[in-house]
Amino acid sequence: MKTEGRTTAPVAATMTAVKTVSGSQALNQATSLIFETGTPRRTGIDFPEPKGTKSRLGGHDRQGEIGLPGLSEPETMRHYVRLSQKNYAIDLGVYPLGSCTMKHNPRLNEKIARMPGFADVHPLQPISTAQGALEVMSVLSHWLMTLCNMPAVALTPKAGAHGELCGMMAIRARLDHDGASHKRRVLVPESAHGTNPATAVQCGFTVDEIPANAGGRVDMDALRAKLDGQGKDSDIAGIMLTNPNTCGLFETDIIEIAELIHKAGGYFYCDGANFNALVGRVRPGDLGVDAMHINLHKTFSTPHGGGGPGSGPTVLSDALKAHAPVPYVVKTADGGFDLVETPDEKSFGRMCAFHGNMGMYTRALSYMMSHGSDGLKQATEDAVLNANYVQASLSDVMTTAFEGTCMHEALFDDRFLKDTGVETLDFAKAMIDEGYHPMTMYFPLVVHGAMLIEPTESESKGELDRFIRSMRSLAIRAKSGDIESFKQAPIYAPMRRLDETLAARKPVLRWTPPSE
Amino acid sequence: MRYLPLNTNDREKMLDVIGVDSIDDLFETVPKAARLDGIIDLPTHQTEQAVEQFFQRLSNKSTPAGSVPFFCGAGAYKHHIPATVDHLIQRSEFLTAYTPYQPEISQGTLQTLFEFQTQVALLTGMEVANASMYDGSTACAEAVVMAHRVGRGKKSKAILASGLHPHYAAATETLASTLSINIDKLACNIGTDANVIDRIDDDTACVVVQSPNVFGEIVDLRPIAEKAHAHKALLIAVFTEPVALAAITPPGEQGADIVVGEGQGLGVGLAFGGPHVGLFACRQKLVRQMPGRVCGETVDANGDRGYVLTLSTREQHIRREKATSNICTNSGLCCLAFTIHMSLLGDAGIQRLATLNHENACHLADVLDSIDGVSVENETFFNEFTVRLNKPAADVIQALADQGIIGGVPLSRLTPDGDANLLLVCATETSSKEDIAAFETALKEVLS
Repeated sequence: MKTEGRTTAPVAATMTAVKTVSGSQALNQATSLIFETGTPRRTGIDFPEPKGTKSRLGGHDRQGEIGLPGLSEPETMRHYVRLSQKNYAIDLGVYPLGSCTMKHNPRLNEKIARMPGFADVHPLQPISTAQGALEVMSVLSHWLMTLCNMPAVALTPKAGAHGELCGMMAIRARLDHDGASHKRRVLVPESAHGTNPATAVQCGFTVDEIPANAGGRVDMDALRAKLDGQGKDSDIAGIMLTNPNTCGLFETDIIEIAELIHKAGGYFYCDGANFNALVGRVRPGDLGVDAMHINLHKTFSTPHGGGGPGSGPTVLSDALKAHAPVPYVVKTADGGFDLVETPDEKSFGRMCAFHGNMGMYTRALSYMMSHGSDGLKQATEDAVLNANYVQASLSDVMTTAFEGTCMHEALFDDRFLKDTGVETLDFAKAMIDEGYHPMTMYFPLVVHGAMLIEPTESESKGELDRFIRSMRSLAIRAKSGDIESFKQAPIYAPMRRLDETLAARKPVLRWTPPSE
Repeated sequence: MRYLPLNTNDREKMLDVIGVDSIDDLFETVPKAARLDGIIDLPTHQTEQAVEQFFQRLSNKSTPAGSVPFFCGAGAYKHHIPATVDHLIQRSEFLTAYTPYQPEISQGTLQTLFEFQTQVALLTGMEVANASMYDGSTACAEAVVMAHRVGRGKKSKAILASGLHPHYAAATETLASTLSINIDKLACNIGTDANVIDRIDDDTACVVVQSPNVFGEIVDLRPIAEKAHAHKALLIAVFTEPVALAAITPPGEQGADIVVGEGQGLGVGLAFGGPHVGLFACRQKLVRQMPGRVCGETVDANGDRGYVLTLSTREQHIRREKATSNICTNSGLCCLAFTIHMSLLGDAGIQRLATLNHENACHLADVLDSIDGVSVENETFFNEFTVRLNKPAADVIQALADQGIIGGVPLSRLTPDGDANLLLVCATETSSKEDIAAFETALKEVLS
């Protein structure tokens, strides 16, 4: 009987690795740099023939080749699809990066951002022809101000750090306006994001660090010692405080902190990176905040895109709103919208060309309207619930950094790895083999070997249970003395561990042709 | 709510595991005075269909550039974006990934950044480039701060040329205002960029010159670079239209030390001004003073080539208050769009694209120049130029808009004290002969 081509049953698998000639491993395709492929003078885009018009470049014509490779459309498509498959992504699995809020990115938002009345509008075309775009900015502003209970918002900052700059510039403008240019010292807790001290310095302030107490919060004794007796004449310009803080804890003394800083004639900048723990349940305006940026790419689901673009609208208090940057949207008497593009003498000026990241405004507003005020509150509660569920489910095998419940992220330290030879980095890399993106590691700095887990509200209980099972088994394996499997990890990722020291010591930051 | 996977049953079981009675117990650390009861006064949840309809109504209230004869440039450019670009950037693996801090599972983003950096270096004629800034204007501001750092703060002056985009100048002034940088800004004027040469002295940290400038004029950077270098100052070359660099001598070949600009013209849509993508390139010897993320080549434990973020000792998450910039998130996905568009084009494609832009702009200039009451002010240009009208440009633009034509950007929109009769116009490969003819007819009528 002829059996060729019929269904077969496989022999038992005995081999685990084969060296392939192509360098590919089935779906994981070897991919050269684009510059190592292609054919000179080839292109993936068809254009009409030029007419041969006389040049008006004034003799400034570029000479010689630029050096880009020539590829057809299918070659280009395949190159980038292959590359895409070497990335981990939210749509693929749990991405519990603390302080990054890797939540689901609804595709409705992508569809809306691409509507031609938003995506194909020039920032400088006549205002009368951009009314729909301006209305989105106006409605978004209303939502943000209402959720924060703050009287003003500057939409233009392009990301969180740009929003910090906006808030701190507004504080500086207010101080200068009041003749308080001697106030140049900004208090920053040691648990703060690196952007906070970097921003303060970029705004011409000096940074004074406040320690954390044993509970992971601002050490109030240390803060009072710095602020006691400091009045309007002091050099205190303000404080930059993240809330919930980077340990995932609500700053319980926040109202007193605001009062103390105001008494010293300073202003309260709140880093809003962790706003996902508060939306709909706590309003920053009720805490005494003077300025806070909101990461639309965290809290309001605009995609992280491999590192941006973001958007960092910054809400401002009554004390600061007159100093907001341009441009901003205003309503006109006839029910339309206008843009104020020229700063008055109080505004601190312009932060960037045009009007900020419109493409993020549409996406974030679409997210907010889909949830509504009820859904936003539910999302916050689920985010906090998920983080506490992870913390409670792991606290017997890992070591939680601080006692008690957390907000939207759970912080562990490396005490449970003591004497195992396994470090936080190794633990993170082993998570990759389990199919998870590692948590934020070695941050915040106030905790040794920090592991900061933020599951967000987007994870189901089933997905969290599988994640917890993996984490528990890793913790137990580490304690059992199986160091090798951690030091070797990851084994199943598209690449093994990369040599970051080599990269920094001999920087190769671009491709160069082999002959050079 | 369609985005939330937990149900009531899940929530109860999870509260049990945590050992609390209700969700309110998890918010106990919030001071009582700040706890909200009920829900905030905003509309409640809506279906996907309802939200889409809301935005469709608003979208219909704007006039898309692609729906009318359209001639705006001045920092943002309407180009055709191949369908492949938008498809690829929407792949989940690119769209929903974070900054590639775990390189073993981020090689897609990292290799793309390495290709992006190479493309930017090639296009600008520079040695190295970073992994992007927010946009061209903030890249320009950061370049001035970097030049100040390179001069170790011993030189205080930054000279901004007369053809620098006014928004770029404003963003730079804002960032510099709190530092000990003394901005010497020349009044916004066409054709006077070379005046910076006389202002360069030993106290000059940098000179910032845009070419093609905001008026569209191409500036010879060589004599400016020469004078700057004689005084140990840096030349920062700026561009707002990346396609122009395929046609004109790149700034790197003219002695620029730092090149910054806007990459939106390749692969990224107008989007009412953002997100766009800031390009930042410099000389190799300045790389450790550069702001922003950088991707570098290395090997993995098997010895296979791979890529990582590197030189992070310049950055805020390591250096905190001593960082070169506070930038963290940049324009990742827009870099990807730029890179894919550049890859599709190749040398042959981008040179052809540049030629078509220039030819259409030449045709538009000839047509406009022949109209009574209109004169082209430029001696040279790439795809945008400036015309002088016999009446205020803002009024003319509004009258044209009422006839369904978006006819350019009045200089007064960018700088209120600019010459009110000057209009900045732009033609790209998307400007058809019919569109230009319609513009001509309407403009004649408005000016008559």
